Amino acid sequence: MIEENSGLHAEAAGTEWSYAPAPESLKVEIAEKYGLFINGRFVAPKSHKYFPTINPASEETLSQIAEAGGRDVEAAVAAAKAAQPAWARLKPTERAKFLFRIARRIQERTNELAVLETMDNGKPIAESRNVDLPLVAQHFFYHAGWCDKLKYAFPGRDPKPLGVCGQIIPWNFPLLMMAWKLAPALACGNTCVIKPAETTSLTALRLAEIFREIDLPPGVVNIVTGAGATGQMIVRHKAVNKIAFTGSTEVGKQIAAACADTDKRLTLELGGKSPHIIFENAALDQAIEGAITGIYFNQGHVCCAGSRLLVQESILDEVVSRLRERIKSLRMGDPLDKNTDVGAINSAEQLATVRYYIESGLEEGASIINSSDEPLPERGYWCRPCFFTDVQPSQLIAREEIFGPVLAVMSFRTPEEAISKANNTPYGLAAGIWTDKGSKMFEMAKRLKAGVVWCNGYNLFDPASPFGGYKESGFGREGGLQGLSAYVRM
Amino acid sequence: MERLDVLKTYKLYINGAFPRTESGRSIALKNTRGKVIAHICHGSRKDLRNAVEAARAAQEKWAGRDAYNRGQILYRMAEMMEGKRDEFAEAIRVTGGATAAAARKEVAASIDRLVCFAGWCDKFAQVLGGHNPVAGPHYNFTIPEPTGVVGVVAPDEPALLGLITLIGPAICAGNTVVAIASQKHPLPAAVFGEVCATSDVPSGVVNIITGKRAELLEHLARHREVDAISAANLRKNQAAILRAGMAENLKRVSVRKLNADDWHDADAGESPWAIEPVVEMKTIWHPSAS
Repeated sequence: MIEENSGLHAEAAGTEWSYAPAPESLKVEIAEKYGLFINGRFVAPKSHKYFPTINPASEETLSQIAEAGGRDVEAAVAAAKAAQPAWARLKPTERAKFLFRIARRIQERTNELAVLETMDNGKPIAESRNVDLPLVAQHFFYHAGWCDKLKYAFPGRDPKPLGVCGQIIPWNFPLLMMAWKLAPALACGNTCVIKPAETTSLTALRLAEIFREIDLPPGVVNIVTGAGATGQMIVRHKAVNKIAFTGSTEVGKQIAAACADTDKRLTLELGGKSPHIIFENAALDQAIEGAITGIYFNQGHVCCAGSRLLVQESILDEVVSRLRERIKSLRMGDPLDKNTDVGAINSAEQLATVRYYIESGLEEGASIINSSDEPLPERGYWCRPCFFTDVQPSQLIAREEIFGPVLAVMSFRTPEEAISKANNTPYGLAAGIWTDKGSKMFEMAKRLKAGVVWCNGYNLFDPASPFGGYKESGFGREGGLQGLSAYVRM
Repeated sequence: MERLDVLKTYKLYINGAFPRTESGRSIALKNTRGKVIAHICHGSRKDLRNAVEAARAAQEKWAGRDAYNRGQILYRMAEMMEGKRDEFAEAIRVTGGATAAAARKEVAASIDRLVCFAGWCDKFAQVLGGHNPVAGPHYNFTIPEPTGVVGVVAPDEPALLGLITLIGPAICAGNTVVAIASQKHPLPAAVFGEVCATSDVPSGVVNIITGKRAELLEHLARHREVDAISAANLRKNQAAILRAGMAENLKRVSVRKLNADDWHDADAGESPWAIEPVVEMKTIWHPSAS
């Protein structure tokens, strides 16, 4: 009723209810080119190679990034190794203060970091500023406090640092993934060689400036930019004691194989095809919002995205009809606009992957509902949020990780069927359940094979809450007390 | 004429039964003086696969039992071992696994270890899991759940204590196990199979394969229905074979190094951190605001 009224009102006023552009006005400085951050200094790569990083919303080149070669990785690992004993010997309360300082400076430079993140990644400024950055600062703050409490974390054990950690992170949450990797490693007395994804290096290098500002001892964190080849050099380096990787299951398996004949410790946070289950007794308004943010948050570039929506048959029609309405109100466009809901796809390569899956869904007979029919911007990498109905569990769009704003809607009749459909995947990262019945919720939560289960919510993160997968979504946890054990020897 | 010994052929223990290896192969087991005292099955890849199938089928129900109930069953297994102390000690001693005195000590330690894990069944979740104080109106907690089917590769020595130290944490947490017995001293594992069969542990929860480790390791490592592997004191190349299997289905592989004293050390063998490699941490969120 209310909707109808407002529609009439709008018509009477003779205008559409559209938003005026609200672009972010803060300008951030970006250097023409960036070196590697090794032993506390920015240095030119010994490889002499650079590659461009672009703004995926405009395809404009933002800067040139150093491509670390063998000698560069060697230097970074050597710096980390040299710095580690002193870092581990620091009085834990003093080590903590470095992490507290990092957290504080991130809070103070949030706007600048958020704008830079949005420019380099394509995610909406509302998300980088209100979700990513606060979590980044909180992650350092949380782990800072662990530095002097490790002996209480593991009953009967005397935890020791592992040494040099090689860390390889993805492009979907560049700074947040960096925080997830660095904060626990540093808190436990390790030093790090970290490689950002090749399309999103800028904020990592900005964080390096913060490390200099707060006088973090040289060599404690070393940042080597580059692509897969650089990552392989870190994985294979003999002086690296631990590898932590977030990325695809395919690459995760390659890393596991590469480390097989070594004693390197390994944690892998990999892909997912997470089920998102709505029961007929769910609070439907909230469930629809959950389903929408579950898949369209961060353009669907989320390893735990709720990409398979399983709806109880009795409410399928209603859910589809509400999704159809809701998806139309998503605003895709300039990521720096504060009103944008869905930004740009991170790269041409990823856009091609997402399009491949959308084509496959159409070819396999599923029906697509797009957010709008408006023409896409001429420049940049764009994909309209969409969802498929008439999906069979055997179809590619229901089985494989798309890593884009594409949702597969399927139905189920009984809780038993929901469980069997939900668990019918090699992945096991996350799951969502919407129901107002507590006993059903806990039974589902217990039987879902997933490392994170969101009940009546989705895509919630916190440094105190362990995150990580079952099965082929990887092993090890990040965050919380359980996340610490990945960075200590006991 | 003196009475002839009845030479026993020890069989595999799979799904609660004692089948011969499908390969028909056996290995003559000699005592320290070189005399054949028994035959033991020379298990094959097919036997291993049958065992994994049984373990998979039994896992969900085993994990679904109350922790208290699992604890009682593990304790019952220990009780049954207690009744076979002499047989276990002889099984360790006869092939040269230990001196008579050391064998008795090993049996006692093995039984005590199983009792220890019987007690851990309804406690480790409180030590390894907990409530997470997240920022925001949410109730959030983390619980350990069993990884699933766990492959156990027992060390050659101590044959019994090594086996129990690796099996105990796995079944305590609700996993089911396919164990490859000590190659040098397989008898204690075969006797342990007889203990399992006569205690209340459901069929398929513990499965034991005897034979040649080098033949079986790769098949265990590559099996996609094996979710985790716990091993100890392997040679470097054998550890590498197991870890290479991670690339198959990202199974969790833990290869521990324990010296002779460590096996008897409660801190090394009986802490909840021995359970951690065979559990998955599940974190559950729920809004707490109305």
